[in-house]
Amino acid sequence: MNRDTLISLYYDMLRVRMVEETVAELYHEQQMRCPVHLCIGQEAISAGICAGLGKDDFVLSNHRSHGHYLSKGGDLKTMLAEIYGKSTGCSGGKGGSMHLSDLSVNFLGATPIVGGIIPVATGVSFAASMKGEDSVTVVFFGDAASEEGVFTESLNFAALKKLPVVFVCENNFFSVYSPLSCRQPRDRDNLAIAAAYGISGAKGDGNNVLDVYGLAEKAVSYARGGSGPYYLEFDTYRWREHCGPNYDNSLGYRKEEEFLEWRKRCPVESFENKLIKEGVMSAGQAGEFRLKIQREIAEAVEFAARSPFPEVEDMFSDVYAGELN
Amino acid sequence: MREIKYSEAILEATDQCMADDPSVYIMGLGVTDPKGVFGTTVGLEAKYGCRRVLDMPVAENGMTGIAIGSALAGMRPIMTHQRVDFMLLSLDQIINNAAKWHYMFGGIMKVPMVIRLLVGRGWGQGPQHSQSLQALFAHIPGLKVVMPTTPYDAKGLLVSAVEDDNPVIFIEHRWLHGVTGYVPEEKYRVPLGKAHVVREGKDVSLVASSYMTLEAIKAAEILAGYGIEAEIIDLRSLKPFDEETVIGSVKKTGRLVSVDGAWRTAGFSAEVLAATAEKAFKFLKSAPARIAFPDVPTPTSWALANHYYPRAVHIVNTVREMFGKHTLKVEQVEVKCDVPLDVPDKAFTGPF
Repeated sequence: MNRDTLISLYYDMLRVRMVEETVAELYHEQQMRCPVHLCIGQEAISAGICAGLGKDDFVLSNHRSHGHYLSKGGDLKTMLAEIYGKSTGCSGGKGGSMHLSDLSVNFLGATPIVGGIIPVATGVSFAASMKGEDSVTVVFFGDAASEEGVFTESLNFAALKKLPVVFVCENNFFSVYSPLSCRQPRDRDNLAIAAAYGISGAKGDGNNVLDVYGLAEKAVSYARGGSGPYYLEFDTYRWREHCGPNYDNSLGYRKEEEFLEWRKRCPVESFENKLIKEGVMSAGQAGEFRLKIQREIAEAVEFAARSPFPEVEDMFSDVYAGELN
Repeated sequence: MREIKYSEAILEATDQCMADDPSVYIMGLGVTDPKGVFGTTVGLEAKYGCRRVLDMPVAENGMTGIAIGSALAGMRPIMTHQRVDFMLLSLDQIINNAAKWHYMFGGIMKVPMVIRLLVGRGWGQGPQHSQSLQALFAHIPGLKVVMPTTPYDAKGLLVSAVEDDNPVIFIEHRWLHGVTGYVPEEKYRVPLGKAHVVREGKDVSLVASSYMTLEAIKAAEILAGYGIEAEIIDLRSLKPFDEETVIGSVKKTGRLVSVDGAWRTAGFSAEVLAATAEKAFKFLKSAPARIAFPDVPTPTSWALANHYYPRAVHIVNTVREMFGKHTLKVEQVEVKCDVPLDVPDKAFTGPF
């Protein structure tokens, strides 16, 4: 793999981490008055998957979408402005953190109804297929979404029509506080479920960006080549609470030791160490990247904080497309 | 003047929309089968191919999400469900995604799609094959809801619905499919959100929609025999709701009977009364009235169903009470019918 790709994978993960940490740090100011679902600890998946996509490829996502949005190239300023509820936000303040989109990079949208985005993404790939376009659609969702009926309904239709869609399940073992053990039989295997529909797939280490990147490359070229959908699943771990800026291991729904084990396997830090050890990048360069990202984030926060709020009458626009507004 | 059936009008509108716009496609259970959703999709597959005319997996929620996704990416899907009852699993996708996508992403994307829903009635359709849930859809900002009565409006409203950039719930009453009427051959549009004054009158406003408009027309003819001139408004669209036409009529007549083929409580008939009370209160000469289904699931046995659906006679008597006149007996109003009440006409022989 060439050096530029390695560096850009690292840079992307680092950037997402630093944005999320900034959101967590500033959240207590109570200016970001909407739910935020931080992806700290899960950055390798969005970075590894999106690195293999072109600008014309589509990405759709769920409530924990900041990483997916940024890795696909979504604009940081309009994302933060959206979380601040400002008129300059990507949804004009009507969506917030749970409804990000950036059409300039075909990040078509993120929605927080568990599983609800999976068929929508499948439909986007269906349209591409009907129109004879060669774009691939990627949809990110969590382990709980795979329990929804629309998950298998979408697998079924995608297989039936051989649609160019890649299903990416990020398994972080918890749906809010509910562990996998309460929700799925122990031996349940989503790969086998996908396979039952004739869908190829693979599982990988969600904290290892090279592993993700390698599997994504395979999945995307498979889908783009007309072979049909592909299913990917990655184990990972969300470090902070389901929703909000804090750590919540003290609640007792999971063990502190379990979290610490996963933190040792930090996707950003482990990749940084690897690149430095292998001489791909120096510690100094990593420091420079941090400074650069810090500046970018500071500028974006400033933009968001200083942007105007929407006007009250804006509440009434955009209910309908067309002449009614 | 060419007369065709309501079902043929739906087919013609679909055909003309598909011919004019390659992004229009239709999917639903049975659209490619020999009966073609009661004749409304017959021949489309042969003409446009299986890529644009699709039977589909029995997965209503997932398939609705797929239609929404395709609409976001530039297609114009028409989905069909042979009964309203069958699509309830898809309410998540309709209410959470289709209705809100445009708004929650700040107006940068749109979901142009039509969802055709058929309301069943008669021949023992019963609790889960005959629900009329228009009020539920009309409650949701972001959806448009239409329910045409005539073949002319069926074609014109379907063309408008397909060309509209929003999700449109298009409700067809099963008993209207066989009704014939004037329908021009060329493509034309009936605007969404505009009611139609079917009959002018000075004494009472009958506000109805879909099949119940036909009962209102029968009632008006009977009332005329007793010297009461009813004005009939066919709403055609419940959302947007053409309040202006309704209020204008009530200001003229001073009396309102709201006739809705659905349950009474929190139904659309209540919305019509509320709008009237708010905006034409001082014009009212008597308390407005609702005619709707009783608040019970549809019973299956025809012995019960015959007493479940309100008919012209009920409209007539409600109006007569408003005028302080005694109510009429059924046999005074209805010609002895040679077919049972659970079918629209002799041609309808079941099973559905």
